[in-house]
Amino acid sequence: MSAQEVLPFNGIVTTQSGNIRADHLLVAEMVKPGSKVLDVGCGEGDLLQLLETRGIDGRGIELSREGVNRCVAKGLAVVQGDADTDLVNYPDDAFDYVILSQTLQATRQPKVVLENLLRIGRRAIVSFPNFGFWRMRLQLLIGGHMPRTENLPASWYDTANIHFCTIKDFVELCDEIHVKMERAEALDLYGRPLRLRLPWWVWNLFGEQGVFLLSRGGGK
Amino acid sequence: MVGVKTVPSPAISADDRSHEVDHPSSQLALFGTEQPLRLDCGVDLSPFQIAYQTYGELNADRSNAVLICHALTGDQHVANVHPVTGKPGWWETLVGPGRPLDPDRYFIICSNVIGGCMGSTGPASINPATGKVWGLDFPVITIPDMVRAQAMLIDRLGIDTLFAVVGGSMGGMQVLQWTAAYPARVYSALAIACATRHSAQNIAFHELGRQAVMADPDWHNGGYADHGIHPHRGLAVARMAAHITYLSDAALHRKFGRRMQDRELPTFSFDADFQVESYLRYQGSSFVERFDANSYLYLTRAMDYFDIAADHGGVLAKAFTGIQTRFCVVSFTSDWLFPTSESRALVHALNASSARVSFAEIETDRGHDAFLLDVPEFFEISRAFLQSAGKARGLTDKDG
Repeated sequence: MSAQEVLPFNGIVTTQSGNIRADHLLVAEMVKPGSKVLDVGCGEGDLLQLLETRGIDGRGIELSREGVNRCVAKGLAVVQGDADTDLVNYPDDAFDYVILSQTLQATRQPKVVLENLLRIGRRAIVSFPNFGFWRMRLQLLIGGHMPRTENLPASWYDTANIHFCTIKDFVELCDEIHVKMERAEALDLYGRPLRLRLPWWVWNLFGEQGVFLLSRGGGK
Repeated sequence: MVGVKTVPSPAISADDRSHEVDHPSSQLALFGTEQPLRLDCGVDLSPFQIAYQTYGELNADRSNAVLICHALTGDQHVANVHPVTGKPGWWETLVGPGRPLDPDRYFIICSNVIGGCMGSTGPASINPATGKVWGLDFPVITIPDMVRAQAMLIDRLGIDTLFAVVGGSMGGMQVLQWTAAYPARVYSALAIACATRHSAQNIAFHELGRQAVMADPDWHNGGYADHGIHPHRGLAVARMAAHITYLSDAALHRKFGRRMQDRELPTFSFDADFQVESYLRYQGSSFVERFDANSYLYLTRAMDYFDIAADHGGVLAKAFTGIQTRFCVVSFTSDWLFPTSESRALVHALNASSARVSFAEIETDRGHDAFLLDVPEFFEISRAFLQSAGKARGLTDKDG
């Protein structure tokens, strides 16, 4: 993060290398330069491209054929695959970091996926939309509808996201499977980190998404 | 009487074809008795020759060499007019100025495989020991043998590391064999519509083709050269059967449907009433003009024997342990000869070896043959993969 960035306005940060999503910048900041990274659910490869500009050896898995082909056409090392079924093919300790960005809620077995991330990678970086966010709560409480946001516009019947959780739920899962949280960040509606050290319940209420740097062997 | 018509005789004489066998319109690398080719079957093939074409210039660092491996019925004439058929090169869609493999940037090499019939030593060549055509006395060759011969050619050309090895189908098998046998000599590998082993179904189709050749009385137990004839009927049937496997139901339907050939009504005969029949007969007859029947037997056999995992204790990933080569694997949705599942198995093995791999499945109804056709998404991916590898290799990028 440097002075070249302008203030994030709509979750997009303008840098010398173009417009970049704020949550991607945060993830990139968590990865040590020169490391080897697997991005699970890499979409069209924006994060991988950002990582490559920082000298990181990035690989990707993406479910959609269109996404994969766009990544490969950008020269990225991306394969078509499914987080639920294909992570088992990777050996232990193959990567320094495995990233699961905005994908956890779309997996069939989030717990198994999380365990696999930390088997393949020495560290994992996981981000997901927080269903404890006050707007979500309000939509359900006042509107009586399943919440929809700008970042999650799909209706309940056509969403790919089948396992929503809150930041609090995720923290509890990490405890349960003995995952250590090295760093936790909550992002606001525009993808900007809530930099203040605040209690979990505040993050769970005001964080639109959570970003966690995880390693093995934590928990109770 | 019911009209019966079989495949027409070739328009090009057997002399044109057989001339290319020993005196190809290509560059030749001769390997004398001091440099035998050690074959998997235990025979040392010596002397032998390799016919090859090159396009572009080798740079001062010798770092821009690309080896193209041809498919079963292909040859070294990738991007020039074919000396026998007069048709354009078989991969001019991919190779040429402004194409993903641009001779302006790369030194592109393609050699006829060992066992082939376009100038590299094969069953149609003269056996120096007898002064007669090898025929079935030629030793059985394998995909690793083809690659071993290519490596000797690359040595002869003074090239240590290939920037890329590229190929589809049987050519893709050679690409994979290159990475398994000479990982340090392959900087990047583009393996298209292929597999790490030949499936039972594919072996079955090859056996069908071989039996068609052998059932032709003109085959003479492989000794047809001594009789001055060529089993073109059997070979044409083999080609027709194989050609169906290169297409897809959808592509055949789109191209021909049930349309009639130059007629409105069925003739109530076994003439080629349907366009698809006429097309297949044409494919068969044009193939025998340029291909040797025994060579077809040997090359299909080589593909059947191919199984990289079997050479590595049955564990495919072991073939690629610690490999630094950058891989790009491409498959096509309607390819049922080398279906995406085969490419996926390869990708899983490469992942297990922590290799750097890109894998794209391209949607098309054109079947296995798609890799030879004009499929823009495939070119875009090939171009980007080679450009990104070139950047990592420090090759100058002439078109940005």
